[in-house]
Amino acid sequence: MTPLFVLTPRPFVSPLRRVLTPVCALAAALAIGGVIVALLGRSPAAAFRVFLVEPLTDPWAAQEVLLKATPLVLIATGLLFCFRASRWNIGAEGQFLVGGLCGGGIAILTHGMTGAWILPAMMLAGACGGLAYAALPALLRVRFGISEILTSLMLVYVADLLLDYLVRGPWRDPKGFNFPQSVAFSDAALLHPLLEGGRLHAGMILALAAALAAALVFRRTLFGFAIAASGEAPRAANFAGFNEGRITILVFLISGALAGLAGVIEVAGQVGQLRPGFGQGLGFTAIIVAFLGRLSPLGAVLAALVIAVLLIGAESAQVSLKLPLDLARFFMGLLLICILLGESLERYRIRFRRAEKERPA
Amino acid sequence: MAPRVELVGITRRFGALTANAGVDLTLESGVIHALLGENGAGKSTLVKILYGLLQPDAGEIRIDGRPVRFDSPRAARAAGIGMVFQHFSLFEDFTALENIAVSIPGAVADRRLRARVAAKAAEFGLAIDLDRPVHSLSAGERQRIEILRALMLDPRVLVLDEPTSVLTPAETELLFRTIEAVARAGAAVLFISHKLEEVRRLCSAATILRAGRVVARVDPRATPAKALASLMVGTGIADLRAAPAHALGAPVLVVEGLSVAPEGAHGIALERLDLAVRAGEIVAIAGVAGNGQSEFYAALSGEAGAVRAGRIAIAGLDVTRAGINARRRAGAAFVPEARLGQATLPQASLAENVALSWHATEDLGQPLLDRGRLGAIAQAVIGAFDVRPAAPAAPAAALSGGNLQKYIVGREIAREPALIVIDQPSWGVDARAATHIRQTLIDLAGRGAAILVITQDLDEALDLADRIAVMRGGRLSVPIPARGASRETIGMMMTGAPAAEAVPA
Amino acid sequence: MTETLPLILATILTAATPLMIAALGEHVVERAGVINLGVEGMMIVGAASGFAVAVLADSSPLGLLAGLLAGLGLAVAFGLAVVVFATNQVATGLALTILGLGLAGLVGQGFVGQPRAAMAPLAIPLLAEIPVVGPALFTGDPVFFLSLGLVALVAFVLSRTRLGLLLRAAGENQDSAHALGLPVMRLRFAAILFGGAMAGLAGAYLSLIYTRFWSPGMSAGRGWIALALVVFAGGKVWRLVFGAYLFGGITVAQLHAQAGAIGLPSQLLSALPYVMTIAALLALSLGGRKGQGAAGSLGQPFVPER
Repeated sequence: MTPLFVLTPRPFVSPLRRVLTPVCALAAALAIGGVIVALLGRSPAAAFRVFLVEPLTDPWAAQEVLLKATPLVLIATGLLFCFRASRWNIGAEGQFLVGGLCGGGIAILTHGMTGAWILPAMMLAGACGGLAYAALPALLRVRFGISEILTSLMLVYVADLLLDYLVRGPWRDPKGFNFPQSVAFSDAALLHPLLEGGRLHAGMILALAAALAAALVFRRTLFGFAIAASGEAPRAANFAGFNEGRITILVFLISGALAGLAGVIEVAGQVGQLRPGFGQGLGFTAIIVAFLGRLSPLGAVLAALVIAVLLIGAESAQVSLKLPLDLARFFMGLLLICILLGESLERYRIRFRRAEKERPA
Repeated sequence: MAPRVELVGITRRFGALTANAGVDLTLESGVIHALLGENGAGKSTLVKILYGLLQPDAGEIRIDGRPVRFDSPRAARAAGIGMVFQHFSLFEDFTALENIAVSIPGAVADRRLRARVAAKAAEFGLAIDLDRPVHSLSAGERQRIEILRALMLDPRVLVLDEPTSVLTPAETELLFRTIEAVARAGAAVLFISHKLEEVRRLCSAATILRAGRVVARVDPRATPAKALASLMVGTGIADLRAAPAHALGAPVLVVEGLSVAPEGAHGIALERLDLAVRAGEIVAIAGVAGNGQSEFYAALSGEAGAVRAGRIAIAGLDVTRAGINARRRAGAAFVPEARLGQATLPQASLAENVALSWHATEDLGQPLLDRGRLGAIAQAVIGAFDVRPAAPAAPAAALSGGNLQKYIVGREIAREPALIVIDQPSWGVDARAATHIRQTLIDLAGRGAAILVITQDLDEALDLADRIAVMRGGRLSVPIPARGASRETIGMMMTGAPAAEAVPA
Repeated sequence: MTETLPLILATILTAATPLMIAALGEHVVERAGVINLGVEGMMIVGAASGFAVAVLADSSPLGLLAGLLAGLGLAVAFGLAVVVFATNQVATGLALTILGLGLAGLVGQGFVGQPRAAMAPLAIPLLAEIPVVGPALFTGDPVFFLSLGLVALVAFVLSRTRLGLLLRAAGENQDSAHALGLPVMRLRFAAILFGGAMAGLAGAYLSLIYTRFWSPGMSAGRGWIALALVVFAGGKVWRLVFGAYLFGGITVAQLHAQAGAIGLPSQLLSALPYVMTIAALLALSLGGRKGQGAAGSLGQPFVPER
């Protein structure tokens, strides 16, 4: 028995194909998602409208989309540093939570105080928290050769439990009727809307700035080159004298700091307090954003917008169509698989065995 | 009676490259047939097609007159084709017996198989400890496992791809006796090599490939080596010009009592190496592959190796514990063995690849890289070394082996180093590019640089070097002057055996 | 104490069994040279489908079978992507876990909170009569005994049979295996299917035997711990069994500590299995066994030149 087809590498990948791959992957995932919706007994057309059209046409929802995209852009931008270097930080969710906790901790400590320094202090604390939390798996890998995949992921569960402990224990709002949540942050600890009546805050600008900076680093600096070398050909990186351990630690620190910063922005912007589940799995969703954006920062911005539309759509579909939120999660996984398959078809050409026989000499 | 194997009109393309163009090859049973050709002539592609690893775009294979189609090595093996690879297809963590069991349909590594294998080994005089894991075996022992594996199938055709490149002269003798026994038993043997003397000794028929085409079929015993060589290479390749006479300067590279711990479970330890390379001098390290040359290169470049004792100095500076970039700053340049993925980043452009070895000694732009400068450097190298395609924007992976090697050597020489350490300068490179690279090194020495060449190719060492040292089992011989040194003397140094035994009769 | 001890031992075995089954499957997958980070997703889908079918058909054995098949189904998707299309194994496994968590939520949505009776225990005659040890070790659910059989089977197949030899060859050096004409892709696909079936069965065990109810996210990282166990085992099945029971012990110990209200925050105790996983990997590394025993071609995509 011979396989139906074989993969042969393509010598060059055209830029058009690079753009088409994620678009086709998205289309394929949407088609499969439509079938699932139909199987659940809902109208795929209605679902399409709620998931993809309404978040963009409804002004309130459109703002929500941008707000949701903000942490995704920040976390995904950080993850790009790791993924480009083939370091697998899959614990961004944990770094996001710890960042939120550290920033939120400052907000709780300074509760009732005023001062322009509070918000920057929160951001700094959050970035440092995420950074420290990412340093752990990086150091374990560099120093002891332990798979960063497993350690960074284990630490997500630990961060989740830490958050749970804090908001049920020491940081619980004493006047909160025993709900597991902290006090609502005071004014000085909140990110305020940029425009009167709107909801968009400065976090979005920070996220865009981070993505732009990352694009510059990847394209134009020696560090960006070192990351690419380390990810694609570790022996070449070694020949260039780029230190593997140092790159591992640096990309993890950057990734953790950005995830931590995203955590602060989420609690100070959207949530306004600490409570269980504020992470919403955004740290995992950002992994999909990174891949959908083809590991490029500007791609990640676009991908974050697409994913944010889907997330907001999923929230309203839960209400209007009684479609469970799990559908969105399922769809995210499906989308990632479609992207990976698309990448494979971009790198390899499919040669069917029968066609091969008939090829003229 | 039909010949044992006929390859008729075999054509195979890889993208724009035609590796085999209408190749015909006929093997008779009991005959040891040589397939000759220089690197890149299409020998490996042809045997991979015969062995079912690659599919031809056109052409036919006939065994005993019947057309066959091998869509996998399994089909080829079932038809009686045994293969001994140049880069062994062994499993490092398996024992020798398990390695053989894998290749025999239905077998497991049990006592019954052991008895069969031992009998076969005795029949052909192959000594192997069947219970040792392969990673603990020498190259010669590994090759014996490969051969035994092929013989267990009672092959009607035995293909050996460059089998002597990893062997000492004494081991080569043993191998030849085995091959002759296989042929006497009635198998057709295809012996692939570019070592002409071996072919003239062993083979009674030869097919010569150049640029994917058959250029001649000859009786190698009746054809002078010089004629075989010009058939392989074609014409128009100039001889090497010696550098103008120049005085040697002070030692630039000094290695004293260097001992390096083995890397990982399968590595080789370096034991008390001493070497000095003076300005204007070319020293070659010869030896059979896998005797510590790679480890020595890595220790010199600082890419790997835990130094246990001794010191390395470059231009008077102690760099024993320094990284590769500190050594570059001391005036050294390095050309590693692997062109793609070590000396260059495959997907990056030639211009970007300049940064790989230049960033430590040159300001390439801070904080943003000066892309104009990188492009200009790459363009200069491309011009000086006739690299094709002549495009600084071309990715390294798009270049042929010879062009890429010219680019890499050119990139290092353009840094104007006082010392260049180069591991296998012309391995897998076509003759024209190899000559170009060798000439460049000779000229560079003439301008006063110190050059250390690590090579498995004895002819290359004799052509290039002022002095030659031999590496064996992680130790380095005292260098001898290349002028007047004979292949036999050096072969003997490789074996470490007394002269009387090592010189082939 | 003589009454509670067998009970505790039995809970340890129940806590360890799903870990061991899932890890055993992944062990085979990694021997063949593939790393499957989708274990967690396959496990939770197995848990949801197993529970759903068991309730609908009112049969726990059918539920277990359904869990196994669900894991197998996801393994088909994983195998197609990773083996046939040579996608990045790390990212694909991760995608499968994300997809699995969502899919399990969809499958299980109608079954949250429904209780399910325990399966009838199987008692080994005579041995079950031994005091203390007997009730704990020789009276148990059928899957527990099945898991022991599977361990022996896997150990035997990998070390003594042709199939095991070929699987290990495909994992040890894919290029050599291909050069010898071994069907590397089919061997890997088969290993992935086995791994998926085991992960699915392990998940169904969780919902049908361990907790006996379905709740979203109930696998709680056990798939990842199973992956860590495979690293910990370093290619040796007996170390895998040891590791699984050790982690079963830790899980049960922390549950008892929580129930016993020993003054530590419950979250700290809940975090213990995850922290212990990292600690175990660290101990392994400090013991100088870093990276040992992993298959030579682990995680590398395989695209043979044709």
